[in-house]
Amino acid sequence: MKLGLVIDLDTCVGCHACALACKQWNTSGTTGPLSDYEPYGKEPSGVWFNRIRHFEVDEYPHNKTVNTPMSCMHCDDAACVTVCPTGASYKREEDGIVLVDQSKCMGCNLCAWACPYGARELDQEQGVMKKCTLCVDRIYDMNLPKEDRQPACVLTCPTSARFFGDFDDPDSQVSTLVRERGGYAMMPEVGYNPVNKYLPPRERPAAPVADKSADTSTGTLQEKTQSLLGKWLKKQKAAFDSLGER
Amino acid sequence: MNPAPSVIIFTVTAGAGYGLLFWLALSRLGALAPAITNGQLIVAGFIGLVLVTIGLLSSTLHLANPKNAWRSFMRFRTSWLSREAVFAVLFYPLVLLWFVSGGNSFLSLLVALMAIVVLVCTAMIYASLKTIRQWNNALTPVNFVLLGLAAGAAILTLITLIQGVYTPRILALTVAAIAAAAFSKLLYFSWIGQPSGPTINTALGFTRATVKLLDVGHASDTFLTKEFGYEVARAKILWARVIAIVVGFVVPLMLLTGLLGSPGVVHAALASILLMAGIFVERWLFFAEARHVVNLYHGKQST
Repeated sequence: MKLGLVIDLDTCVGCHACALACKQWNTSGTTGPLSDYEPYGKEPSGVWFNRIRHFEVDEYPHNKTVNTPMSCMHCDDAACVTVCPTGASYKREEDGIVLVDQSKCMGCNLCAWACPYGARELDQEQGVMKKCTLCVDRIYDMNLPKEDRQPACVLTCPTSARFFGDFDDPDSQVSTLVRERGGYAMMPEVGYNPVNKYLPPRERPAAPVADKSADTSTGTLQEKTQSLLGKWLKKQKAAFDSLGER
Repeated sequence: MNPAPSVIIFTVTAGAGYGLLFWLALSRLGALAPAITNGQLIVAGFIGLVLVTIGLLSSTLHLANPKNAWRSFMRFRTSWLSREAVFAVLFYPLVLLWFVSGGNSFLSLLVALMAIVVLVCTAMIYASLKTIRQWNNALTPVNFVLLGLAAGAAILTLITLIQGVYTPRILALTVAAIAAAAFSKLLYFSWIGQPSGPTINTALGFTRATVKLLDVGHASDTFLTKEFGYEVARAKILWARVIAIVVGFVVPLMLLTGLLGSPGVVHAALASILLMAGIFVERWLFFAEARHVVNLYHGKQST
């Protein structure tokens, strides 16, 4: 199995709900807490596994806002694992999830230096490195209904821009989406073979703009109203006629 | 990259210590300081070990969870940091054995070799990171080794002058080592000036249009901005380079080649201090000039 996420940049509206759901689940989960520093101070900061940035692609009038949620890509060739001197960072054989064993971590930051995606953040309160677990404490929880056995970010996304699944299965939803929508990896040239993929914004025609000078409608307001009224009357008559049939 | 003082002190002082022990080991093999006695060798070697120890202790200061530092020996097969830790710890019994043996030539060779191995491992911690193009090149280990050897040679000149076992060969070697280190560093400065590596376009996958950051998504500093977002004004970088080269290389070379009067203990001491100061500035630059690719997601167009 090769578990990971597909994120649709076409439908993501950049609402940060995934980041909040992630923080909520994981701060109280097995990797928690996700420490906050001065949460009510002037410069609140803290550990997040998921961060969303907002970009503008291309120039006016072809410009488009693209929101990019980023968390651990669970890379196939995860350098964060190979650089780790303690063995605290590891990639699971069975499903490819990259995890940190917090009881082994010495907080040297080298894995965070090795990560191009900014997926790892040191918890300054606890002195250990933390990262996205793909909600490993949720996706295998047999006490949850099957549809809830997904990462918190995927479940919460209000536009369904996030998908979770097995990339080793060619017929899984994530594999199909990547195949059909041209899913791609971010910064592939670093060579880590990230598992998570992003779906590019769809090609669509420009949104129609009302052209007032060339109004083609010929009927007057009264004619339109009459025809609407006529339609309504017909509908009522049909409904009345069908009453006896039941 | 944020230039953490603990890591700068670690790489500079430990580097000088390994350099000193390298030359000291070779002094027994070649005819560098034939008159050196076992006692003098041990004193000089002890100074090297003290420098190494200060460095290694300093390196543990940047750990957020030092109680697990012993675990850093566990991933020798993949991690350069682990290799560095293992070789650095093995170095101590080796040097002590070498002391006890009275500078046995086989052990001398081993000490010299091991000193280079540790220097290379330290450098490879940085050079192996594909995320930082200013580090991910062959000049990084070359610089670390040559700078360590230059500092070690300068300190050896000073020690042998004080001990009265100095030979002109040591001076010639020191001058050559400093010149080589200066050359490799200048090469490095020129090398990292060439634009290369990922851009904001490849980082996001939009390679056929301009990309610019609208909103970074966080209100105040994060771990990522503190660790990787370190920025220094270009003018300050250039000044630091000039200081590193003049203070670290040019003035020590002038002092040792007799351009400022025939070299004596004072000259050698001054040269060693200035060289070390120069390497401290150089090491600060090594971190301050390194730009991590995660900055592309924070709006940088290139690294």
